[in-house]
Amino acid sequence: MDNTIGNIDAANHVTGRSIYVDDIPVMEGMLYVKVFDSPIAHGRITSIDFSAAEQMEGIVKILSYKDIPGENQIGGIIPDEPLLADNEVHFRGQPILLIVAENEDAAEEAIKEIKIEIELLPVITDPRMAFAQGKLLSPSRKFVKGDVSESFAACKYIFEGTTESGGQEQLYLETQGAYAYPTEHDSVKIFSSTQGPTQVQRTVARVLGVGMNKVEVDVPRLGGGFGGKEDQASAWGAFAAMVAWILKRPAKCIPHRMEDMRMTGKRNPYSSDYKIGLDENLNIIAYEATFYQNGGAAADLSPAILERTLFHATNSYNIPHVFVTAHSCKTNLPPNTAFRGFGGPQGMFVIEAAIDHAAKKLNVEVDIIQRKNMIDNGDEFPYGQIVKECQAKNCWDEATDIYNIESVKKEVAWFNQQNGFYKKGISLMPVCFGISFTNTMMNQARALVHVYSDGTVGVSTGAVEMGQGVNSKMLQVAATCFGISPGKIKLETTNTTRVANTSPSAASSTADLNGKALLDACNQIKERLFSFIKTELTDNEDETIEIKNEVVYINDEASIFNWKNLIQQAFIKRINLSAKGHYATPIINFDKTIEKGHPFAYHVYGTALTEVTVDCLRGTYEVDSVKVVHDFGSSMNRAVDLGQCEGGIVQGIGWMTMEEVIYNEEGKLLSNALSTYKIPDIYSVPKILDIKFLNTDGNDMAIFKSKAVGEPPLMYGIGAYFAIRNAVLAFNPDADIAYNAPITPEKVLMGLYNPFSG
Amino acid sequence: MVQFILNDKLVNAEQASGSTVLDYIRYYKRLVGTKIGCREGDCGACTILVGDFENDKLVYRSMTSCLTPLGNAHGKHILSVEGVNMKELSPVQQAMVDTNGTQCGFCTIGFVMSLTGFVLNDTAKQYEDAVKAIDGNICRCTGYKSIERAAAILSEKVNAKPEQETIAWLVENNFIPEYFLQIKERLKHLRETIAIESKAINPVIQKLVIGGGTDLVVQKALTVKKASVEHLFDTSHLQEIKFENGQIQVGAAVTVTAFAESKLIQDHFPGLKKYMKLISSTPIRNMATMAGNLVNASPIGDMSIFFLALDSGIVLNRNDSRRTIRLRDFYKAYKQTDKAADEIIEKIIFTPPTKGSFNFEKVSKRTHLDIASVNSACQLQMNEDNSIKEIHLSAGGVAPFPKYLAETCSFLKAKKITDEIVQEAIIIMNQEVAPISDARGTAYYKKLLLRQLFLAHLQLIEQRANASIKNILQLS
Repeated sequence: MDNTIGNIDAANHVTGRSIYVDDIPVMEGMLYVKVFDSPIAHGRITSIDFSAAEQMEGIVKILSYKDIPGENQIGGIIPDEPLLADNEVHFRGQPILLIVAENEDAAEEAIKEIKIEIELLPVITDPRMAFAQGKLLSPSRKFVKGDVSESFAACKYIFEGTTESGGQEQLYLETQGAYAYPTEHDSVKIFSSTQGPTQVQRTVARVLGVGMNKVEVDVPRLGGGFGGKEDQASAWGAFAAMVAWILKRPAKCIPHRMEDMRMTGKRNPYSSDYKIGLDENLNIIAYEATFYQNGGAAADLSPAILERTLFHATNSYNIPHVFVTAHSCKTNLPPNTAFRGFGGPQGMFVIEAAIDHAAKKLNVEVDIIQRKNMIDNGDEFPYGQIVKECQAKNCWDEATDIYNIESVKKEVAWFNQQNGFYKKGISLMPVCFGISFTNTMMNQARALVHVYSDGTVGVSTGAVEMGQGVNSKMLQVAATCFGISPGKIKLETTNTTRVANTSPSAASSTADLNGKALLDACNQIKERLFSFIKTELTDNEDETIEIKNEVVYINDEASIFNWKNLIQQAFIKRINLSAKGHYATPIINFDKTIEKGHPFAYHVYGTALTEVTVDCLRGTYEVDSVKVVHDFGSSMNRAVDLGQCEGGIVQGIGWMTMEEVIYNEEGKLLSNALSTYKIPDIYSVPKILDIKFLNTDGNDMAIFKSKAVGEPPLMYGIGAYFAIRNAVLAFNPDADIAYNAPITPEKVLMGLYNPFSG
Repeated sequence: MVQFILNDKLVNAEQASGSTVLDYIRYYKRLVGTKIGCREGDCGACTILVGDFENDKLVYRSMTSCLTPLGNAHGKHILSVEGVNMKELSPVQQAMVDTNGTQCGFCTIGFVMSLTGFVLNDTAKQYEDAVKAIDGNICRCTGYKSIERAAAILSEKVNAKPEQETIAWLVENNFIPEYFLQIKERLKHLRETIAIESKAINPVIQKLVIGGGTDLVVQKALTVKKASVEHLFDTSHLQEIKFENGQIQVGAAVTVTAFAESKLIQDHFPGLKKYMKLISSTPIRNMATMAGNLVNASPIGDMSIFFLALDSGIVLNRNDSRRTIRLRDFYKAYKQTDKAADEIIEKIIFTPPTKGSFNFEKVSKRTHLDIASVNSACQLQMNEDNSIKEIHLSAGGVAPFPKYLAETCSFLKAKKITDEIVQEAIIIMNQEVAPISDARGTAYYKKLLLRQLFLAHLQLIEQRANASIKNILQLS
């Protein structure tokens, strides 16, 4: 396999030739769609008047829920979310009307003339308050292993506490958006910036009241997704499609950044309780946690996110007795949604806080407890899956060895002794992340391959390229299978007409699922070609045939066939040169009635060592280094995988440090623009970011044994939280620092000078 | 009509001069390589390069086209990625490909343009210069490490770049297309044409005055687009920085970059580079003007805070009738100033601080390219006897407008720095401010932070205060 291929889109990217939704040449008579959204987080609409607005120059029509041809419903998992608000609004930013205009400026002017009166209803932004009032989005879940109540009684040490982890704006650089135009037979074609083309298709069909076969969704590529376009691209697709369908004109709906930020959901904030019990040898005997997930105003993907929190509640640790409960709480915020890690980070943060709490109280180094309780082969996850091919200890031991943890500790202690105004802190963060959609049904994929009569190849899969490099990996799969040059292969856009019923590009599984489906398709064509070769060149069934560098070898000897003339000949002989591949992950299963099963194809492991320096006068900090040993399996594209790892870590650090989603009590987003919501810039990333590829054989369930890499590295970022916290404690050992993330400069300064009487 | 050279073509844009260069190039010229990320200058996805004469030299600066009023492109060379594309990838593009510096690709063009700006800068060769060039570009995918590697490769590749005839060298080494060789002459010719034509334009009475547009276009894009706009950005007499009668005069249209690059300013502020790095980003510094920062009266305006601690005066001009007031008297209430609607700020005047007597501090959620939670500047001169001769303190983010801490200053004047005096000053300081809780921090935090920044000033300006600082912070 050609492991040097890198990102096949790179040359187009650097020349500005890659095409995103807003770059598609538009058709004559295109309309702009702008959303009028609720200025109130919870209330009853008593009157709405847009007659004046509708008469303004440039305004074609204003649509409300009454104009929806089909069902006013976009809920993916649970049907609890209208496309356009009817009589009630449940969050600030909830779409109410669509302003359809000849140009964008006219729509903006018209929006100012819309008059709405809303009778206020109580606003809840806090998940615990919602829980207390019985406001849940979906049934609560619990995972149980062993018997916690009995085992806590036997524990020598028990520690209890509370944690908070904040939301996180996906901040894909390309905002949400869609462009649609009407096609024949009351159909519509939509170009959408979505991770889930089928989800957009399904939603649009429902909203228009037509069959899915009348809705074609095409996705050229995304300017970032990170989970934010897994489910929430659907509304924008539906806005554009509805206008195109009703008015029979092309329509584009692309929100500005501030509209996107206030109307769409983010990573679910969590408020959690933990209780951890250890014996005298620092073995964790029992762990209990309750997660209050802030789901926002509709279920969206929150029930699935909730589930993954439970799956990763014990991270990389083997704990004999576990009782973890999770509640998806309904609040008056925009429906929160997927974000890289999908509930996993939220669960891991809590167990790491619990262990840190125990270590601090027991006055032992936290890494002693972490290492001592690390998971290993034969252990059982709380959800019943038995640990296999475990790399947790391998990663940890290699990290502590090659990055020389003992001398780092000494250097940090020495630095802290020498410096009054600067303190350093370190942390170790292990990660164990399960790969597969936890909803077993979704672990399927298809691919369509055409070999054209000139020997070039077109590949369609259900995978959406959003920067994660899946197109590069798909290209590698096809090139490797056929033994031909990557230059002969074109990756087509993701299109629901070519590949139907796709799962979204999510759960780190896109390359595995689509790659294996693609391999199936390529193999079908290859087998047909090989049997054709046999009939043409030999009658010996036992001969081995291979294509290498576009030359056909029989028993290791070059034959008269090269790829090009082979395809020509096969076509003349009427061999089928197209194939549809299918893949469904074997083995996996999960029984929700008992919350046990084998939900994951495999797990990804790793350990990160983080070192930070805190400026104790100003309360600011820098991440000096993050040093990682990561289990990539047998990486099929090291450049892409390294990029995923680096990018994920920095995103995780952002979540834990500077990225603070702030809503006020009225449910108004205060961090509503890039000027008030800060993601890492080039100066704020770790000075050193070392990533060592753990040497392993990989896993057969992964495509070419190259393990999924999208989400797991994000959770190394949690280490930054604890490193900063430790540095603050080095300055002020008495600081009472709640386990609340993100640890902003504000929280740092408060911790350094606690108490302060200004 | 706005005339400029867009990539290799002369264009006459009929669009409103207050509309943005971004919309013009994307939607009228269909140069869609330039992307829209935020429309507020905070992501850099729409970065373009703007070629303009500075002292008769053609200089390229990066700017965010989302905030660049079309009128500010008049007579200039506007460069989008389509204008740097050649048959083969440029070394900038190649470096981004080789290091896997691009993932989703949406921010990538901005990085390519900013790095091309680095390459075009005749004196910039170091890795640090390359990184500085991309300090206004946000990437959500890569975590920047691969882009840092691209910057490292590039800084090596421009090692041999001469300071003279830079463009010819760059063309020869395939960094930029050949048409660049004629741009200087073409621009000169364009300027001459414009100079003749501009005389014929009728003056408009009510005009919206705009400098760099870095705040106005963020806040009121549609208003600016529809207004009749007077562009002060390129008004040469407002772009001067000079030393006269013991005072420094800074013209209203001087950009933050021009201020930071001024030899005169650098000589009087040894810490300038450090302060400027805390203020927005390279493209915004290239656009934002001094007067713009003052008149928008933002409570956390960095340059306002800077000039307040210099006890600056400002010259206001109305139809050539001038008055000078102290900057500290300029601010009246939230977003209200002493400026009449038809007045403009012409220049800022201050006495340069004595060596080592000035400091600027800023803390924000993200250290760079962010708006301050609290910023503060201090000018402190001591007498021989360790008493304070002169002190000027300012702070942002703690009041409805940029605050000159008058009471704290008057309390401290003539006092000796002792633990008690500093403690008392902190109490007075916190009494004269009234921060509010917002996305940049709680009121409580901002008060604590103000104390810390005050102590940071003392620590950096006056060595003898160190013991007091440690005592106050209860450090052993």
